[in-house]
Amino acid sequence: MSDMRYLPRAALSGLIDAIRDAGYRVIGPREETGQGGLVYREIDGVEDLPQGLHDRQEPGSYRLEKTGSPRYFAWANTASAIKPFVYAPREKLWRVVHKEGRIHFEPVERDAAKTAILGVRACDLAALELQDAHFLRGKFVDPYYKARREKLLLVAVNCSHAAATCFCASTGDGPEVSTGYDILLDELEDGYLLRVGSTRGAMIVADLPLQAATQGHLEAALAQSEACRAQQRVLPGEKDLARLGEQLESARWTKVAERCLSCGNCTAVCPTCFCHRELEVPALDGKSSEHWRDADSCFSEDHSYIVGEVVRHGTRERYRQWMTHKLFNWVPQYGRIGCTGCGRCTTWCPVGIDFVAEANIVLGLAEAPEPELPHVDGSEAAQ
Amino acid sequence: MSKPRVAIHKFASCSGCQLAFVNMGTELVELVKLVDLVHMAEVGHVLPDDAEMDIAFIEGSITTPHDVERLKSIREHSKFLITMGACATSGGIQALRNNADSAEWMRSVYARPEFIHSLSTSGAIANYVKVDFELWGCPVSVRQMLSTVRSFLFGVPPQIQREKVCQECKRRGNNCIMVTQGAACMGPVTRTGCGALCPSFGAPCYTCYGPAENINVGSFGRRLMGLGLTQEQVVRKFSSINNAAPAFSDAAKLFCSEPWMEE
Ligand code: SF4
Ligand code: SF4
Ligand code: SF4
Ligand code: SF4
Repeated sequence: MSDMRYLPRAALSGLIDAIRDAGYRVIGPREETGQGGLVYREIDGVEDLPQGLHDRQEPGSYRLEKTGSPRYFAWANTASAIKPFVYAPREKLWRVVHKEGRIHFEPVERDAAKTAILGVRACDLAALELQDAHFLRGKFVDPYYKARREKLLLVAVNCSHAAATCFCASTGDGPEVSTGYDILLDELEDGYLLRVGSTRGAMIVADLPLQAATQGHLEAALAQSEACRAQQRVLPGEKDLARLGEQLESARWTKVAERCLSCGNCTAVCPTCFCHRELEVPALDGKSSEHWRDADSCFSEDHSYIVGEVVRHGTRERYRQWMTHKLFNWVPQYGRIGCTGCGRCTTWCPVGIDFVAEANIVLGLAEAPEPELPHVDGSEAAQ
Repeated sequence: MSKPRVAIHKFASCSGCQLAFVNMGTELVELVKLVDLVHMAEVGHVLPDDAEMDIAFIEGSITTPHDVERLKSIREHSKFLITMGACATSGGIQALRNNADSAEWMRSVYARPEFIHSLSTSGAIANYVKVDFELWGCPVSVRQMLSTVRSFLFGVPPQIQREKVCQECKRRGNNCIMVTQGAACMGPVTRTGCGALCPSFGAPCYTCYGPAENINVGSFGRRLMGLGLTQEQVVRKFSSINNAAPAFSDAAKLFCSEPWMEE
């Protein structure tokens, strides 16, 4: 199944049509004009894809630039990709009704729509694998996640450049996609190198005007992936990260808490974070109630509310929880760290806290930069 | 069992919270089946302030000596007292006058200032009496009001979040406009409740729901300056609808006092 074929760019719309004909709604990246950046939403066709748009990411900053390129996937990643389509940020779990002196639980409909996600990256697929470990392979299977996960078709695209915030090469999760896809594309100047990774994927591409891939195509794709390996940020290796547990009293946590807003944007965009809270939403008449689940964050007070008390009051404790969970406590839980190097937590942090830099500093592998606090001289202003 | 008696009292405010309440639609019909809405200035059931109540919602801030007397009487005769909206909870936009010389203003506006009996400040309800629960927002969220009434009827504490607007913004799948546009969005210091209304339309948050729990105004204000705001603009950002909420007034003072922009 892994043989390479070539799809001319003009036939990309045919791929989208074939996915739709197989009964899927197609979710893809599109420019979000109101808020800026790209978002994953339902698309009608190639005309909705961000042609010729290139991203520039820095800690706390994401900008799109127009290039003349005909490419549709010439950006590294977006604030979110797969996660909200499998682990819904807000959903109703059940309803309970008071009838004839008893309470009756009513399940909610779990029939998920067949959903194809177009343009997912190596870091996204690696993160999905971690979410699967949490929601599907634990002691209890999450039926809500499972229903959506089973209806998912994944069209991955290998990255053609790494953003300044990316560090998937050092976590071993990228830049190339290796598993977990139905269809995998490498976007080249005039078309796509295409591989299928599942029978479903093979059936969808069966009637497309695929050509034999040439040596030139293969070399161009390889060169792109190679270029993506040169990443500015490097996460400490396993051995060093194993020392994080000894750093719980590090003075660095206090320093980072001086900058951190405890806003939880990092955990919200992190493709592996799975924390949630549950809420009871009673009807006004008190005769029924809905039970909801909301994505939550270890930066919120509720997250550590245990037997009547908030355990992690301050930002120092909350930031420490976030980093030590991702990079240390995840290992005994799921057999590897909980970070796939996507860099989202760094890009989407409103004050630009650099996750990789902080890990290096906490572990004594790098010096703290100067100045520490956000600049006050307007130097971060938009363009 | 008789229905709980509920009053909505008004002090210095624009009445927007009461209007939001009246505008809730069919749930209002449901609500009046459950409680006796016996007093609400906006719709005309006007009872004296010493009428006995189970729940008194208070809209508006305290600006006159007469307000103080009324409020004390309401408190004495109410089992539960709940503030609704920014004015009652923090003093409202009108609390900006707390920093001005009110006697001077009176002289400059009124020909006969001796007839005006007002306090020199616009104060939150909690500055004068014990408040059992606070509902923030400008205007208040009707959903939060109803869930508070429901909790009261069940005899359980209300479930109202104190997290940042950002959390709700992210649940809605928005891209952060601070990150994509350098917008001065107040979401990271503002309490949730609106459903991240403004950022969902690409507009920055204005602090309607007051300060969230565990905020970092120093770092946040500096970040706004990094994005190009002057120190004075940062002060104004905190000096909005909830300017007198202690966390925001402290933030404004912090950015007033330190001349960070000096070379
Ligand atoms: S911790 Fe940061 S870089 Fe790692 S997966 Fe999460 S968002 Fe991506
Ligand atoms: S505890 Fe924090 S870092 Fe860990 S999964 Fe939950 S939100 Fe993410
Ligand atoms: S690290 Fe950044 S995104 Fe995360 S909670 Fe702190 S300020 Fe918010
Ligand atoms: S747009 Fe505003 S509310 Fe939304 S995540 Fe960004 S700072 Fe927070």
